[in-house]
Amino acid sequence: MATLEIRDLHVTVEVENGTKEILKGVDLTVKQGETHAIMGPNGSGKSTLAYSIAGHPKYTITQGTVTLDGEDVLAMEVDERARAGMFLAMQYPVEVPGVSVSNFLRTSATAIRGEAPKLRTWVKEVKSAMEQLQMDPAFAERNVNEGFSGGEKKRHEILQMELLKPKIAILDETDSGLDVDALRTVSDGVNRVRETGEVGTLLITHYTRILRYIKPDFVHVFAGGKIVESGGPELADTLEAEGYEKYTKGGAAV
Amino acid sequence: MAEAQNIPAGATAGGAVAVAAESTVATRMSAPPSFDVADFPVPHGREEEWRFTPLERLKGLHDGTAKADGAVKAQVDAPEGVTVESVTRDDERVGKAGTPVDRIAAQAYSSFEKATVITVPKESVLTEPVRVLLHGEGGTTFGHTVFDIGAFAEAVIVVDHTGDGVRAANVDFLIGDGAKVTFVSVQDWDDTAVHCSQHNAKLGRDATFKSVVVTFGGDLVRLHPRVEYTGPGGDAELLGLYFTDAGQHQEHRLLVDHNVPNCKSNVVYKGALQGEQAHAVWIGDVLIEAAAEGTDTYEMNRNLVLTDGARVDSVPNLEIETGEIVGAGHASATGRFDDEQLFYLMARGIPQIEARRLVVRGFFAELVQQIGVKDIEERLIAKIEEELEASV
Repeated sequence: MATLEIRDLHVTVEVENGTKEILKGVDLTVKQGETHAIMGPNGSGKSTLAYSIAGHPKYTITQGTVTLDGEDVLAMEVDERARAGMFLAMQYPVEVPGVSVSNFLRTSATAIRGEAPKLRTWVKEVKSAMEQLQMDPAFAERNVNEGFSGGEKKRHEILQMELLKPKIAILDETDSGLDVDALRTVSDGVNRVRETGEVGTLLITHYTRILRYIKPDFVHVFAGGKIVESGGPELADTLEAEGYEKYTKGGAAV
Repeated sequence: MAEAQNIPAGATAGGAVAVAAESTVATRMSAPPSFDVADFPVPHGREEEWRFTPLERLKGLHDGTAKADGAVKAQVDAPEGVTVESVTRDDERVGKAGTPVDRIAAQAYSSFEKATVITVPKESVLTEPVRVLLHGEGGTTFGHTVFDIGAFAEAVIVVDHTGDGVRAANVDFLIGDGAKVTFVSVQDWDDTAVHCSQHNAKLGRDATFKSVVVTFGGDLVRLHPRVEYTGPGGDAELLGLYFTDAGQHQEHRLLVDHNVPNCKSNVVYKGALQGEQAHAVWIGDVLIEAAAEGTDTYEMNRNLVLTDGARVDSVPNLEIETGEIVGAGHASATGRFDDEQLFYLMARGIPQIEARRLVVRGFFAELVQQIGVKDIEERLIAKIEEELEASV
């Protein structure tokens, strides 16, 4: 069973007047089949955690380890991490002009699976995944993320998650900017992957709203660059009622 | 045009974009067109038509110091019925399609010994392309080629440039009424070559001219594809594709002169750039003269900057002297393949080289498909792959 282990992770970024430490010792273990929600106020470092694990060049790891089944994730290139089974659904997926969604998906699936998917079954697979996410078939011929609405971008991210079947999926504020219908559609997509029991999910969110549709096994409060409290789903209810104030006061803030 | 929206203009972080909306097509040349090199002052580099060109790399083509001391191996494969002649400059077909517009074009005209005239007789429809292979063997050469296409003839012409050397040579097209011509000029020079050429196409009534300019090689390539019409119904399509590498200067300066009514033109040039000091220049001039009612024209230039250190200057100009037209438009957009796009593709398991390939292939695919000459399309795709391999 795949396990992602994050130990004492410290991460810095370059800012205008020097170097700033964003993550200050994150410890977290996510196992295949589990769903963890990471909740926290804006600026607490949640997205930094997501992008650092995926290997975005903007972030420098200064201390700590990230391993997937004992393999050193931090030593891998970005594409190697993806091929090892990591997936990041991005909050702001970028436009890739000139590359159609269908070409992108197939190239990606070929890279992740190690061989080109058989054309006939692949077409079916994509078509049914798109239908379930209520995506217009014409979508496949558009350029990646180009002119997509916020909802379309998120559906497209989850479509990739369904097709690439990662071991560990990190969803970075997938709920942000979605209306209730889109949120439900996207959540259904995530749940379909979760139900296979083969993915460990790390759900990063600011709001508790998405947790009505995707039930977490564990909830972690993220503040000041680390996890400050962990608990079960009931912790989300407490946050819903009380907000993040008690975590951002008294020196826990960044 | 939806396509033009793909990349926002000015999106280059590492490159630079210049887009001039004003047009002074007719007035901004420093001398009027002439066949005599002496009519052009030696450029100093600040003139409008020279300001993007590194004069010091022209190997003396611009200041009269270049002497014809080199050789080009020429091979012409002409299908049956096509004639190939070597003529002197007083042959009436030479220079008939257009007059040199800058000093180098005039230098080429003043310096060639013999011109080559390739004739496709009227009403003859060629099933095989006319192929001209020019392989530079070093040194400076001048030349002049005329393609004389008879009325209602149909021909595909491929001119291929390889090897090394300094070459100034103009190419003329006399296209008869109702004729259909596809012309492909491939600049696949060694990275040390210098090549300047003015392409003049004069279209007869209802004639169709498709020009495909493909520039990969050379230290400095500077081309002037130009079109004018002699009767209504003319249709010109000017396609261009360039892949500018580190240190290369590739400049394409187009003019479509709508001087008669009811003609069409469509210009699409696309370029990818990579590496330090890669410099692409695209000037797209379209003139709609007062008489040219019913004109339908569009021009577009798109650039994809793959790495830091590359520079694009893209200047579309549209000058309209009549409002009685079907359509006129232009677009210029330069985008950057940036770290965020690379990260996104790599985060989906796609290796870096594959990610670049995906983006560049996608960028050029549509244009390549419009060429309509199978072996050229295949060669282009292979060449693009090769350029990409070399870059990583």
